[in-house]
Amino acid sequence: MIVGLGHYLTVAAILFVFGVFGIFLNRKNVIIILMSVELMLLAVNINLVAFSTFQGDMAGQVLAMFVLTVAAAEAAIGLAILVVYFRSRGSIAVEDINQMKG
Amino acid sequence: MDLALTDIVFYVFAATTLASGMLVISARNPVHSVLWLILAFFSAAGLFVLLGAEFLAMLLVVVYVGAVAVLFLFVVMMLDINFTELRQGMMQHMPLGVLIGLILLIELATLAFTWNFGDDVAKNAASPGPIDASVTNTEALGVLLYTDYIFIFQTAGLILLVAMIGAIVLTHRERPGVRRQNIGKQVRRRPEDAFELVDVETGEGVTLPTKKG
Repeated sequence: MIVGLGHYLTVAAILFVFGVFGIFLNRKNVIIILMSVELMLLAVNINLVAFSTFQGDMAGQVLAMFVLTVAAAEAAIGLAILVVYFRSRGSIAVEDINQMKG
Repeated sequence: MDLALTDIVFYVFAATTLASGMLVISARNPVHSVLWLILAFFSAAGLFVLLGAEFLAMLLVVVYVGAVAVLFLFVVMMLDINFTELRQGMMQHMPLGVLIGLILLIELATLAFTWNFGDDVAKNAASPGPIDASVTNTEALGVLLYTDYIFIFQTAGLILLVAMIGAIVLTHRERPGVRRQNIGKQVRRRPEDAFELVDVETGEGVTLPTKKG
């Protein structure tokens, strides 16, 4: 069986589901949740690059690059918020973050 | 069924990506999670190379393995967190997670196996890829990025700048009692402020003036 678009989409779909699953599995640990989000974004990138290659359309790779940019910015800001939160509360448990009652 | 070499390489990289993705979310120690994340990104970069997107593959290695994963590692190791406490009650969310994961997987599978490309999709490419095989992926991407997508490219740079300033502002703290170099104060200093000449009478001695400031 020749490896085609479907194979890459399957890998990306499973990786995305792992990301969603990780958020549910580690409900208390923000660091793992951030890593799960990174996994989901990686799955999206695999999709974009696979479509880009099999369609011969470079726009997908350009978009994947911008997704990479935003993912890096998100990780930096998320970890900065995490560090500030840890300094003030001494814990990173998500369940304690309910002071704003939003 | 005969497998070409690239097919075998694909299966190896895909299996590594998925296995390390699973270990990221299930590892007991968050440091191990970060290391598995690095492996996942490495093997995803391998998949990108197979797809012919070499530039993005190298970008993934440089940006993710070199910057983001190290950032994660740094934070995990810097914060003194009791991770066993955080893992309590983990299994209680397991059924819901499995349920939603399965539903999502079924939805994605039904989508993936029931659609086809339209007839005219090849004509409607936003930015057709390099027709000439001698043009490398990096060159083709660069030509696009600095012409058609220049404003979005600049915006991406702006997003990174905002993220950098935001991260610095968030984590910066003014600590009291820290003595820092004040260059303005140093430059303002004049000889007449710093010392004075005193005529000392013989046998009298000098009472030192109290230092001001």
